[in-house]
Amino acid sequence: MTLDVGSLRDQALAAIDAAADLRALDEVRVSYLGKKGAVTGLLKQLGGMDPDSRKEAGRQINELKDRLESALGERKAGLQAAALEARLQAERVDVTLPAREEQVGRIHPVSQVTDEIIAIFADMGFAVAEGPDVEDDFHNFEALNLPKEHPARQMHDTFYLEAEQNGAPLLLRTHTSPVQIRTMLAGKPPFRIIAPGRTYRVDSDMTHTPMFHQVEGLLIDRRTHMGHLKGCLIDFVRSYFESDRIPVRFRPSYFPFTEPSAEMDIGCKRSQGELVVGEGSDWLEILGCGMVHPKVLRAVNLDPDEWQGFAFGMGIDRVAMLKYGIPDLRTFFEADLRWLKHYGFMPLDVPTLAGGLSR
Amino acid sequence: MKFTLPWLKEHLDTTAGVETIAKKLTDLGLEVEDVTDPGAALAGFQVAEIIEVARHPQADRLSALKVRTADGVLSVVCGAQNVRQGLRGILARPGHVVPATGVTLTKAEIRGVASEGMMCSWRELGLGEDHEGIIDLPGEPEVGMPAVAALGIEGPVIELKVTPDRADCFGVNGIARDLAAAGLGRLKSRDFSPVAPGTDAVTRTRLAFAPGNEGACPLFVTRTIKGVRNGPSPDWLQRRLTAIGLRPISALVDITNYLTFDLCRPLHVFDRNKLQGDLVLREAEGGETLVGLDGRTHTLTAGMTVICDDTGVVSLAGVVGGESTSCDEGTTDVVLEVALFDPLRTAETGRRLSIDSDARARFERGIDAGLVLPGTEFATRLILELCGGRAGPVEIAGKVPEVRGRLTFHTAQIGRLAGITVERDEMEAGLKALGFGVDGGPDLYEITIPSWRHDVSTEACIVEEVARLHGYDHIPPVSVPRMAAVSAQVLTPEQRRRSDVRRLAAARGLMEAVTWSFMPEGLAMRFGAAEPIRLQNPIHADLSALRPSLLPNLLAAVRRNVDRGFRGGGLFEVGPRFMAAEPGRQAWNCAGLRFGELRQRNWLEPVRNVDVFDIKADVLALLTAAGAKVDTAQISTDAPDWFHPGRSGRVRLGPQVLASFGEIHPAVLAELGIELPVVAFEFDLDSLPKPRARAVRGKGALQASPFPAVERDFAFLVEEGVTVDAILKAIRQAEKQLVREVSVFDVYRGQGVEPGKKSVAVAVRLQAQDRTLTEPAIEAVSQRIVASVAKATGASLRG
Repeated sequence: MTLDVGSLRDQALAAIDAAADLRALDEVRVSYLGKKGAVTGLLKQLGGMDPDSRKEAGRQINELKDRLESALGERKAGLQAAALEARLQAERVDVTLPAREEQVGRIHPVSQVTDEIIAIFADMGFAVAEGPDVEDDFHNFEALNLPKEHPARQMHDTFYLEAEQNGAPLLLRTHTSPVQIRTMLAGKPPFRIIAPGRTYRVDSDMTHTPMFHQVEGLLIDRRTHMGHLKGCLIDFVRSYFESDRIPVRFRPSYFPFTEPSAEMDIGCKRSQGELVVGEGSDWLEILGCGMVHPKVLRAVNLDPDEWQGFAFGMGIDRVAMLKYGIPDLRTFFEADLRWLKHYGFMPLDVPTLAGGLSR
Repeated sequence: MKFTLPWLKEHLDTTAGVETIAKKLTDLGLEVEDVTDPGAALAGFQVAEIIEVARHPQADRLSALKVRTADGVLSVVCGAQNVRQGLRGILARPGHVVPATGVTLTKAEIRGVASEGMMCSWRELGLGEDHEGIIDLPGEPEVGMPAVAALGIEGPVIELKVTPDRADCFGVNGIARDLAAAGLGRLKSRDFSPVAPGTDAVTRTRLAFAPGNEGACPLFVTRTIKGVRNGPSPDWLQRRLTAIGLRPISALVDITNYLTFDLCRPLHVFDRNKLQGDLVLREAEGGETLVGLDGRTHTLTAGMTVICDDTGVVSLAGVVGGESTSCDEGTTDVVLEVALFDPLRTAETGRRLSIDSDARARFERGIDAGLVLPGTEFATRLILELCGGRAGPVEIAGKVPEVRGRLTFHTAQIGRLAGITVERDEMEAGLKALGFGVDGGPDLYEITIPSWRHDVSTEACIVEEVARLHGYDHIPPVSVPRMAAVSAQVLTPEQRRRSDVRRLAAARGLMEAVTWSFMPEGLAMRFGAAEPIRLQNPIHADLSALRPSLLPNLLAAVRRNVDRGFRGGGLFEVGPRFMAAEPGRQAWNCAGLRFGELRQRNWLEPVRNVDVFDIKADVLALLTAAGAKVDTAQISTDAPDWFHPGRSGRVRLGPQVLASFGEIHPAVLAELGIELPVVAFEFDLDSLPKPRARAVRGKGALQASPFPAVERDFAFLVEEGVTVDAILKAIRQAEKQLVREVSVFDVYRGQGVEPGKKSVAVAVRLQAQDRTLTEPAIEAVSQRIVASVAKATGASLRG
């Protein structure tokens, strides 16, 4: 008996070729190689053959089987590739469509600039001290060599509360200087602190708001003099404005709580209504400072013959406006979402000296 | 304080120009606010004489002039009608800019006749409205004289911002003294020599203060002058006063104003014939009135220092004179008053009556006691010179107080405080030039303080004088010594976490706002203030109380942003809120909100409004960032009443409230005019558990189980009132070891669930640390979970 392996092979190969998809291909596989398939049927006939024929027929069937399996494999791979290709085509989307919206907020310039100021002074060894917004006459005025009826008190345009303490009305601090007093009364010298915070004055126009922000600085030890005051503040403004060439000037001035007193100006240029810091021939006042007045030291029980040092007070909003070109102080406190998005800072822009204060 | 350069030069012999002077003033601490020079625009303009007038051949209304100048004769075409031969006026030439029009002149031909310049009118020079014709200068000013000189323009005007301590620099003489001490010239003195009396006319004066109040006026000097003529003051005086913004009135009034600025020596002049009887100084009785020179009727309070005659109050000491006894054109006899008034009382009176006079500004800062008598002589001399008349003797009530203080000065203080060394000669010469007496040295000095320097009282003050004369520019800057090679941490954990919370809130999409510490009183009460902390003097009724919560100001900001067209957004603030009117009764608070649509309209998903679970996510994230353990916190439903009672809650750790969150009460929104839903949170950062500085930074070993986890789903049917939290708690209590995670994936009401109940679907993840969980073990745990939830909440498993 001979087997018609050849025609079976041709028939099977044609069926494999004709299979249009994986399911059809599997049906072809079953119809030839399955338990009841044609090739399997051939194998079942081997039992009735004589040994020689069986050997020959066995070889032919195995050859056929191998051939079909490899043809099936190839066809399967081809169909899979085609199916994947079809799927990819079907799954196409327009990737120019907008992405899923994510909202990122902003850090207010006052917070950001406060962080910048802290970063710089921290490197110079200044800790951050704090004090209350509601103050009493002693801490805000009396201890700062501003006794009652002192004419300079009028410059302070103080907000008073209806509530009193020890017969005197409480007030909203007019400057951050009372934090100096609280710090020195609470601790032991030497002191190196800055004190950023809210301050209040009865004032409202283009450049004044009833609430604003100041940062106080205080350095008390046994040897700090005006040269250090100048050095410290020059180091600060050059670091803050990120330029070694900022022109600076110190002018004598007057504050009841410092003697000698000074105001610090930085060089700037006004052109076409814009203010450029760091160049030009104009000067812009940025802070008041001086050597802590002996009467202030005595008020906090320090001997002015032993302890000495400097203090300064600077407007945070003001230096924020200067550095980042923000034109109007009043807009700081309006919480206008457009303004916050424009002038605010990204949450991860944490100012550091190592990474840079600003981008 | 304003003055002019020529005025300054009457006190200071100097060749310095206005720029040098301005820079030096600023270097001395007399900050120059502004320098204006009205004459600067006329540089090059000069006096010219018309020597020939001819009719213009082509135009009837024009003249063809020949004009003599310092350098030859020019032809000028002119349209003015007042041209005449011999007229001397001001000529502008090609290249000059006409101040009033800004036009640059060019050589021109006007209808065929060459014109080489322009004869100017007052208006064209910006010096007035007169445009009737060209300037016709009186007298015969020299041809070629600069216009500035010929027109009597006063010269550059300097405006100083004088600090309140430098009372002496509210006079030109004090400013000149500082400049002289700084080496910019030689100080000149006014003529203070006594004016011999020409009459014995006197006006009797009396100080009548209650014992103990004599300080109100320690010295009151008067002089009676008879036979004066009070016409307009001379041009030079009018010009000077006009230049600094004062209106010339009459010679006598102008003289008092002049001395106020010239010597910082305010005066008063009474019309003697309007006075009845003696002048008496006393304290006012309450309710007395005075019609002031300012035209207002002032009602006085008891204790104000007043000058009276027999009819009552005629002047408010140091603040304002009275109308009824003031000088006018008919005045012939006057009483000149030169006095010392107490600064504090003067300030108080001025403040109470809201009178800001130049006299008050000077008396309240302190007048030079040493200048009362010399000032009287100079004022007398000026009155006699400008108004004529005969002066009576100087009459003195009270006495010149001894105000020249003394102090011991250690030269070493200069180096100690200012960080400079100053040569002995430089130091002594500078202090002497400022009027200080300097005795002793070189290490220790006895310093006598001049009578005009009330601001100097300590060695530090002397250091400042020496340093400012030496120049702050010459103090070498020194960086502060470093405390450590590597800078230490300076922020406290509390300060650090404020910053962390801020930055996380921004990262979650909220915009940081900074809003007022104030708010309307009514809102303060609505947001939890038992008693509003009121200001005595708010700037606006909406800013009248300190805020007990940060939310109202943020809500007001929502309203404004909605008005600007925003349909959604988020804001937060970290700042103080105030609990009571007492220093320290405030807390660092963090508040935030989201309003309106959570996201903009987009193609990916439908738009929805913000809800309580959005803000709950925010507050839990922020509390976590602040170091609070929110996974062990409980949620209670007792948020403050500005939240929606059914859509709000509190995060608690046992009895301690960490935060409140929820929808803002619709009634509150309606009150604030907000029509979009708002969800919000607030928490006090200070009352969160304190971040603890840990000795060990290690985080401990990770305990990750190598065995598989399985997840089982349960659907519990419970009464509507049962909280999901109760179910979750019961699950965790049923099996503490194996339950790793419990999550809610559905809450269902409707078909298949009877009304009044809800189905809560929960996925529980189980995992053991030491073995693979077998099916019977999982089944046993599941049974325990179902039993525990049933017991705690009455739940049944949904079939």
